Amino acid sequence: MCTLEKRGNLFLLTLTGDDQHRLNPTLITSLLSALSQAKAQSTRGCALITVAQGRFFSNGFDLAWAQSAGSKQGAQERLLHLVESFKPVVAALLNLPMPTVTAVTGHASAAGFALALSHDYAVMRRDRGVLYMAEVDIGLSVPDYFMALFKEKMGAASARRDLLLRGLKMKGDEAEKRGIVEAAYDSDGEVREASVRMGEDLAKRKWDGEVYAEIRKGLYPELSAMLGLATKVFASPRL
Amino acid sequence: MCMCTVEKKGNLFILTLTGEDEHRLNPTRIDAIRSALNRIRSDSTSHSCSALITSAQGKFFSNGYDLAWAGSSPDKIRLMSSKLRALVADLISFPMPTIAAVTGHACAGGFILAFSHDYVVMRKDRGFLYMSEMDIGLKIPAWFMALISCKIGDPVVRREVVLKAKKLTAEQGVKRGIVDAAYDSAEETVKGAIELGEKLTQKGWNKQVYSENRKQLYKEILDQLGVDETTDDLNKVSIAASKL
Repeated sequence: MCTLEKRGNLFLLTLTGDDQHRLNPTLITSLLSALSQAKAQSTRGCALITVAQGRFFSNGFDLAWAQSAGSKQGAQERLLHLVESFKPVVAALLNLPMPTVTAVTGHASAAGFALALSHDYAVMRRDRGVLYMAEVDIGLSVPDYFMALFKEKMGAASARRDLLLRGLKMKGDEAEKRGIVEAAYDSDGEVREASVRMGEDLAKRKWDGEVYAEIRKGLYPELSAMLGLATKVFASPRL
Repeated sequence: MCMCTVEKKGNLFILTLTGEDEHRLNPTRIDAIRSALNRIRSDSTSHSCSALITSAQGKFFSNGYDLAWAGSSPDKIRLMSSKLRALVADLISFPMPTIAAVTGHACAGGFILAFSHDYVVMRKDRGFLYMSEMDIGLKIPAWFMALISCKIGDPVVRREVVLKAKKLTAEQGVKRGIVDAAYDSAEETVKGAIELGEKLTQKGWNKQVYSENRKQLYKEILDQLGVDETTDDLNKVSIAASKL
């Protein structure tokens, strides 16, 4: 469902398979395990790069899995379960002791968009793939921590409104123009290369990962608080 | 040792950090600045509208906390933090518009000092705005973040400044909307600050109302000034000091 590879200083996290990479319990567990591994193996001067195989980055929560519960109540419970169990994935990314970059190699929709936005930097294709918050179109409310993610990462109220209230399907060029992604590229190969270059540039700074994570949480305090991430205070010096 | 001077120019007060050194924010320098601000505050009762311009001699506006002086002493670190917070409180409640004429590097605490002013003008020929903490391995306290959040509206620029520790020139600052104007030299920068100061004093604003309105505008900063949760972080501060 996802793999973690170490290449030099870079941790490469790949959402595997040609499918929509829907976030269900299996993929979520797989992501948590990969992020936990990256955290355990982290050293000064490394970075995480998240990419996906196929046409989709991720199309969000596995609504089909939720509906296969059989009853309306069962489906609602399963959906709530997905919303709650995805929170630790966002928390793990926010807490990760290294810079994080994502190459949005295909469509990123709803929770899939939130997954991309949980990274420090995003690059995207301009020739295909859209950023899309589908909730307003399919009649689902947006979880509070998604809102905090949008509010703290996206400054332009008009961009937030267009994405959340208008169901805008935003392509690479517009995302770059509106500051939601760092840059847009012409092909799959180029965007992956760009994400690796960006990861390497950040890794070269040789930042202390623990301090980086603390500063990141300080930069996004509302989101951190919502995810239950206390910022660490080092109260006793190592003698 | 004289650390700062105050010059009166018409309705304007020009506070200059003197000397060719890094103008590190140790208790002595902070006390000198606060004492100068106090004198200005009491002097200005005879004028209805004044403005403050803060500038510096030499290559540095300010390079931040005096980490060498503090070493790993928890008391010294806490003292510097408490004094800087008091200085920022003074600036946010100051009864007149404030302009930072950034005539050299403004790093970490120095960046915070510059951005505690209402307006920031800067020379474009040299000098950087730089939140160096990421590079030297120091956690940024919540009250610094509150100030950055209030003064830098764009999350992309905040990320660049805080998480990428980017060194911004004046022109880059203007392009990103955080510096109000860039000038060709230190002298031109101070002149530009004076022009801006004169424009602002022409408005004839009520000092108390200006102060109160600014306090409300930056309430988020004032709310966080009471505490610095990083001053217990002794190990990190001594790591930073050893990198000097």
